[in-house]
Formats: sequence, C-alpha cells, structure tokens
Amino acid sequence: MIINEMKLEIKSKSNNEAFARVVVAAFASQLDPTIEQIADIKTAVSEAITNCIIHAYDMKEGNIELKCQLTEDSIYIDIIDYGKGIENIEMAKQTLYTSKPDADRSGMGFTIMESFMDKLTVESIVGMGTKIHMEKVIKEAK
Amino acid sequence: MICEFQKDTKEMYVKFEGEIDHHTCQIMKNELDYEIHRNTPNKLVFDFKNVKFMDSSGIGLLIGRYKSLLRIGADAEIINANKEVKRILDMAGIFKIMLIKEEIA
Repeated sequence: MIINEMKLEIKSKSNNEAFARVVVAAFASQLDPTIEQIADIKTAVSEAITNCIIHAYDMKEGNIELKCQLTEDSIYIDIIDYGKGIENIEMAKQTLYTSKPDADRSGMGFTIMESFMDKLTVESIVGMGTKIHMEKVIKEAK
Repeated sequence: MICEFQKDTKEMYVKFEGEIDHHTCQIMKNELDYEIHRNTPNKLVFDFKNVKFMDSSGIGLLIGRYKSLLRIGADAEIINANKEVKRILDMAGIFKIMLIKEEIA
C-alpha cells in the first residue's frame, strides 16, 4: 500500500543533480533509513539524473520528471525523460559500456543503480524518451 | 578542490571537497588538467578526506586523469577514501591502477 507520494519536475541542468538526490533522500527519510541506505539512494538517483542530462538530452534543455512513492517498507522511484531514448538497453546496462568514452564517463551508471537498489527496470522508446524505475526495501518485513 | 605541488619531490596533492558528481566534475576536470600540464608531477595523490558524496562521475574523472598521468610517467595514489567512496571505486576496479592508502592526516 502506498502511504506517501511526491512528484517533481526539473530542467535537465547539471546543478539539479545534487538537488534531485537530496530531495529523494529527504523524502525517503520518512522510513527512517540507515546512513548507508541513504547513500545508496542518493547515488542511484544521481546516476539516473546524470544519464538524462548527458545522454537523453545531450546537454541540451529538457524536462525530467521524478516520482517517488513510499510503502510501509520501501521506496519506489521513477525518473522519466522525453529525450532521445536508448537504442539497445542491454548494451547500455553493461558495466563499463559508455556511448561517450571521450567525455570521461565510466560506464558504471546502470551497474551502480542495479547494485545499490533492489530493483531496476528500464523502458525506452527511441525518439520518445526513457523511464527508469527503481525500488529499494528500507525496512525488513516484520 | 585544492591543488598543491611540492617542487622538491614533484608530488602533486589534490584535495577534493564536498560532492563529486557530473556537475562538479566538469569544473574540476579543467583545473586538474591545467595543473597536471603545468606541473608535470611524478606522483599525484588524490585526497578524498573531505568528500561527502561521489557518484560514477568521480570514476570517470580519475580514469581520465590517469590517462594523462600515464603519458608523463606519473604514479597515482588515493588516500582517505571513506566506505561509500571506496565501494564505488572498487566496483570500477580503480585499485588495480592506483595505490590506495589509509588514514593520512
């Protein structure tokens, strides 16, 4: 059951990376997470938002939607862009793969999202945009 | 970020401050490249003591600088990385190319 919900829309500007991860961390704090869980969530959100800015919108202006839901024990995070989309999701998710090797990108974004969160799904349509869905259990079931 | 260069030993110290993400990396990258080019150190020490947050942009920053250090034959070292930072660096295998040292004041 969803006990709380929030929605945020931001411009694809790189100084919003810090803003977005702090917002999600603050929202997640209602479930009383550990410092490590907060660090995991902040890092995963930072990776997803950075992808929107660098890849989806190619450093040009666009909008990013951020939706978060809390259940009794978990946080669900959706990060949606209306940018160029991902042609090959499996390839994009591969560790160390980057479509921008010249731009000092490590190709670790999806790997970090996958290992720091409990669930990651990626939906994308080329030319339409991408939706990242992530879930993390914060409290173990009683 | 603070860059210090010791002329006698040719060691360069880079003290990162605050948060390392794609946004802050863009600024640090230019300054680091300038300092490396200007000083041609034989060793560069990256100090993570005052880093509050780092995502994969930090890995890109280090690997990119490592390439220019290789060209001038300089070593790279990492000091004072906390648990969170270490976990991310470790995932990317940074410790295979850079020496990590603990707790240096």
